Amino acid sequence: MIMFEKRQLVLPGDLIAKGDYIAGENVYKVKDKLYAQKIGLIDFDGKKVYIIPLKGRYIPKVGDIVIGQITDIGVGSWIVDINSPYSATLLASDVTGKPFSPKTESLTKILNIGDVIIGKITAFDRTKNPSLTVKGPGLGKVSDGIIVDITPTKIPRLIGKRSSMLNTLKEETGCDIVVGQNGKILIRGKNFKMVELLVKAIRMVDEQAHTTGLTDRVKAFLSSSIKGG
Amino acid sequence: MSVTPQSEPISKIKENQVLKLLASGKRLDGRSLLDYRSIKVEVGVIDKAEGSAMVSLGNTKVLVGVKVETGKPYPDLPNQGALTVNAEFVPLAHRYFEPGPPDENSIELARVVDRGIRGSESIDLRKLVIGEGSTVYVVFIDIYILNHDGNLIDASALASVVALLNSKVPVYRVDENGIKKVDEYFPMPMVDCPITITAAKINDKIIVDPTLDEENISTAKLTITLTKNGNICAMQKSGTGTFTIDEITNIQKIAREKSYEIRKKVFGEE
Amino acid sequence: MTNKKLIDENGLRIDGRRLDEIRPIKLEVGLLSNADGSAYIEHGRNKIIVAVYGPRETQPKHIGLVDRAVVRCRYHMAPFSTDERKSPAPSRREIEISKVIREALEPAIFTEYFPRSMIDIFIEVLQSDGGSRCAAITAASLALADAGIPLRDLVAACAVGKIEGKLALDLSDIEDKLGEADMPIAYMPSLGRISLLQMDGVFSEEEFIKALNMAKDACLRIYELQKQCLKSRYVSI
Repeated sequence: MIMFEKRQLVLPGDLIAKGDYIAGENVYKVKDKLYAQKIGLIDFDGKKVYIIPLKGRYIPKVGDIVIGQITDIGVGSWIVDINSPYSATLLASDVTGKPFSPKTESLTKILNIGDVIIGKITAFDRTKNPSLTVKGPGLGKVSDGIIVDITPTKIPRLIGKRSSMLNTLKEETGCDIVVGQNGKILIRGKNFKMVELLVKAIRMVDEQAHTTGLTDRVKAFLSSSIKGG
Repeated sequence: MSVTPQSEPISKIKENQVLKLLASGKRLDGRSLLDYRSIKVEVGVIDKAEGSAMVSLGNTKVLVGVKVETGKPYPDLPNQGALTVNAEFVPLAHRYFEPGPPDENSIELARVVDRGIRGSESIDLRKLVIGEGSTVYVVFIDIYILNHDGNLIDASALASVVALLNSKVPVYRVDENGIKKVDEYFPMPMVDCPITITAAKINDKIIVDPTLDEENISTAKLTITLTKNGNICAMQKSGTGTFTIDEITNIQKIAREKSYEIRKKVFGEE
Repeated sequence: MTNKKLIDENGLRIDGRRLDEIRPIKLEVGLLSNADGSAYIEHGRNKIIVAVYGPRETQPKHIGLVDRAVVRCRYHMAPFSTDERKSPAPSRREIEISKVIREALEPAIFTEYFPRSMIDIFIEVLQSDGGSRCAAITAASLALADAGIPLRDLVAACAVGKIEGKLALDLSDIEDKLGEADMPIAYMPSLGRISLLQMDGVFSEEEFIKALNMAKDACLRIYELQKQCLKSRYVSI
């Protein structure tokens, strides 16, 4: 039997189910008992019990779009901080499209420490750090805009079912939004007031991600703020 | 800052061997789960020290020197002698021991040995006063690890107690110029003989007196010090594993039995 | 040295508690914005703040482990935390306590999920009055949960001691100094496991077994307070 209802708050160590269930994300099993590993909302899908955590560090997954900052330069690559326990590597050959020659080229002319990039995770396993690529539509160096940080586990909520929340934010504010799975959001907008409002709305999602009716509340907040001027 | 230690690489074959033997109640060196290795004790090995002892527990070798000096008493205990225990994990004792200030393991060992002696009030510190409130004897117990093959703490605690039991305190007389050492001695005033027993947990099996290999495979250890009449005067759980309450209750029973056994073996009928 | 009575004729202790009473506890979580997780505890007159950073990149790289995260734990007392000023340099006591606290919390953490990374637990004792290592563990568990680090369970900790021949829960500093025994434990209730156990003083076998169970029950009560604190932080709007 499952001891909680869907979307109830559970805490680490809580006994959440007993019996023939499968331990999903953030749940562990000892004999026939399932326990929560993190603070979050419990959910189940048939026999699989899992928890949507409220907080946690970003652990890279292949295919994720991330927004990172160059922190170091190696011999033929850059080291990128992607807000994770593991720094990512971006090979020079990925950016230039050809093998890198340290004699004739200088990495700092292409990307320097402090530069921000939008990249995609191409490889990651437990034995080496994740690799990034900036080849592809929408990827590459970021030259303007502002970055907002939210807890990486709230990103799905920020996007919403079928992108409902993300579309609401884009339409109401007219800003361009790039969402990094690593909890970094890039905002570009011509109207500074709109950008400010958008930041506030994103903060709302970060704080209230675990509640219901959030999309409507965010929409209401944005419309009333825009009308009110 | 305490950091998760790098575990000493132990071959998988050896680890599997240990686990297989344990399942049938035996260990690599042929002992059963609750057997201690052979204990060898030598006293008075350092004649410049007021007391000393060398203890071998299998291949683990520990030398303890007791020095007795004079000094000021602790401010809140003006009518008692002072006791200080220090341990050195000397580099020659193991290939991974580095020279330097004491690390958390040697500090923990010294403090647990200290608590065992202090808690049991084994030394009658009130007899170690020269001038009440001003000058007392300070007993320095220095533990020197010479070879590490597991269970340093039991060997160190035993060597410390043996050294104390064989220590002589130099007599000081108080005169108008201060204190003067005279050529007389009295035996260290000992009223108890605490014995320290360490158990280690490997999977769900409990063994006593682990060797270094067994320590590296074990998940946790529990050290218990017992007085002559079977009271517990110190306890310390170490390692990143855990124990259930039943396991702890069981281990303290085992420790008590072993402490009687070892006290009899080392000191004869006490 | 005064001959202070620790238990009066009504069975009450110096601070008015009965033998089986824990000092009042106040818990707060998420109070530091830079840390990944943080918690603050007031347990009697103990005031302790804990910050957790991680999992994060190992510093220096060579202390990393291939199969799990390294846990670093620092228990440090502020110079103004005790009756007499304490030197800021780490004492032998703080070094030992840092070790036993790390060993009390590490079994609760799924370190195997984060190889080659590091989880830092920084404990600052702002005011100390006996039982600070237990209060630190209680708060550190909350900070770890607050950081979203996967845990087997919260760890609750409490000490039991002996004063004037009687078993007493949660000794204060003066009771510890004048008492006959002190035994701190840390407990993970869901799994029924003890991850910290130390004792100094003297217990008979009977006293020890009784004390161990008293301390375990106290940990269960503290566990409930920990859960309440975490729940109240995330109350729905």
